[in-house]
This record gives sequence, C-alpha cells and structure tokens, in this order.
Amino acid sequence: MMNTTMEGLVLAGILFVLGLISMLIRRNIIFMLISVEIMLNAAGLAFIVAAARWGQPEGQVMFMFILAMAAAEVSVGLALILQIYHQLKTLDSDEASKMRG
Amino acid sequence: MGPAFYIAGAVAVLSTLMVITRYNIMHALLYFIVSLLSVAVIFYVYGAPFMAALEVIVYAGAIMVLIIFFVMMLNLGPQTAGDEARWLTPRIWIGPSILCLVLLAELVYLILQPTGQAGDVITVDPKAVGMSLFGPYILAVELAGMLLMAGIVGAYHLGRQKKKILHRFLERTTE
Repeated sequence: MMNTTMEGLVLAGILFVLGLISMLIRRNIIFMLISVEIMLNAAGLAFIVAAARWGQPEGQVMFMFILAMAAAEVSVGLALILQIYHQLKTLDSDEASKMRG
Repeated sequence: MGPAFYIAGAVAVLSTLMVITRYNIMHALLYFIVSLLSVAVIFYVYGAPFMAALEVIVYAGAIMVLIIFFVMMLNLGPQTAGDEARWLTPRIWIGPSILCLVLLAELVYLILQPTGQAGDVITVDPKAVGMSLFGPYILAVELAGMLLMAGIVGAYHLGRQKKKILHRFLERTTE
C-alpha cells in the first residue's frame, strides 16, 4: 500500500513518461512543443506533492517559477515554429534537418 | 485522499493518452486542456488551492489559448479554409465534455465536504508562499522577470515578417 506522497509522485512520473514518449514518436513540431508542456506540468506536480509532504512553501514557489518559464518558453517556441513554417512550408521536424555543416 | 485523487489521476492519464495519440492538433489541444484541469484538481487535493487557480488561469487560460490562436493562424491556406468547420463538429466535444463533467462533479463534492484534506497532506496557505516568494527568493523573482522580458523581446524579434528569406542556401534549395 502506497502512501499519499508516493501516489502523487507515481502519477507525476507517468505523466512525464507519456510526454517523453510523445516527444520521441511525434514529428509535428507543435506536438513536440505540447509534449514539453506535458513534461513541465508533470515536474510541477512533483513539486506540489513535495510541498504537501513537507509542509514547506518552497515547492509551490518552484511551481510558480516553472509556470513563468513555461510561458516564456511557449512564446519563443511559437515564434521559432512560425519562422520554420514560413521557410520550409511544413511543420514536419524532419524537414528542418537540412542545416548541417 | 482516497477516491478523489484516483479519479482525477485517471482522468489526467486518460486525457494525456488521448493527447499523444490524436492526429489532429485541435483535438489534442482540447484533451490537453482537460488534462491541465485534472492536474489542477489534484493540486487542490494536495492542499494547494492557489496553485490550482494559477494552473487553470495561466496554463489552461493563457498558454493553451496562445497555442490555439497560433494553430488557427497558421492554417489560413486556401486548402484548409474549411478546416475549422470540419475539426470542431459536435462529435469531437463529447469526449472532453464527459471528462470535464467528471472533474466538475468531483470538485463540487470536494468543496462541499466539511472536513479538510484527509491523510498526511499538510496544507500550505498562499500567505506563506507569498512571504517565501518575496522574502528569501526575491532574487529568483527578479530573474523570472528578466526571463519573461527576454521572452517578449525574443518572440518579437523571431516573429517579425521578413520579405527576404534569411539564409541564401535555403533560398537556393527551395527553388
């Protein structure tokens, strides 16, 4: 029988692995960005569970920083996707492998 | 803890599975919003109601709407003009609506419960979070502000429309 903290951490691990699998099997760049969001969300869930375990506010503080970082990351990532789409006319990430050497 | 956590966790895992198996971006985004809402319910169960509100407002409210606007903006080609009508048929909304109703029923049940959080969960009130955020972590708050500023400037710089293609070899290879 698992206790409360272990249950939350197992759920965070499951969500993180789902995001990682999606990141590995998908070739659409927007889906890869959503996978990063899933993984960040799972990490934030782990921080909240740790804050509930110890009763300290540091876990929730770290979740707020993760939230701010996710917002900045999404805005810059979407601008990069817009540039790739205008240059390559596709959202397939395999098409963006021409830049070597 | 008990069944509230298990129901919300099952909804979260199920909707995340639906996210990573959809072929259509809009369907995946609908299920991802449901996943974020269920994670917010889990935050509430774990004694962080302010973080649950932030999750709904910032993640499901701001970031997801930004991605949805972006997807709608990209698909303005002539061949995809009628896509929105085809994507958002009423049949698509059934799955996320059922999951959202499960979450709503669970949230109403949790709010109406007279006793607080059960188990060994310690509730941290938002005042302690604010005191900690603007006390010992004030430097990290300033760093987060600088990160958001860099994000704004970077998004503006990268998102500008140029008439000329940036790289000459890409221009040559695409012809």
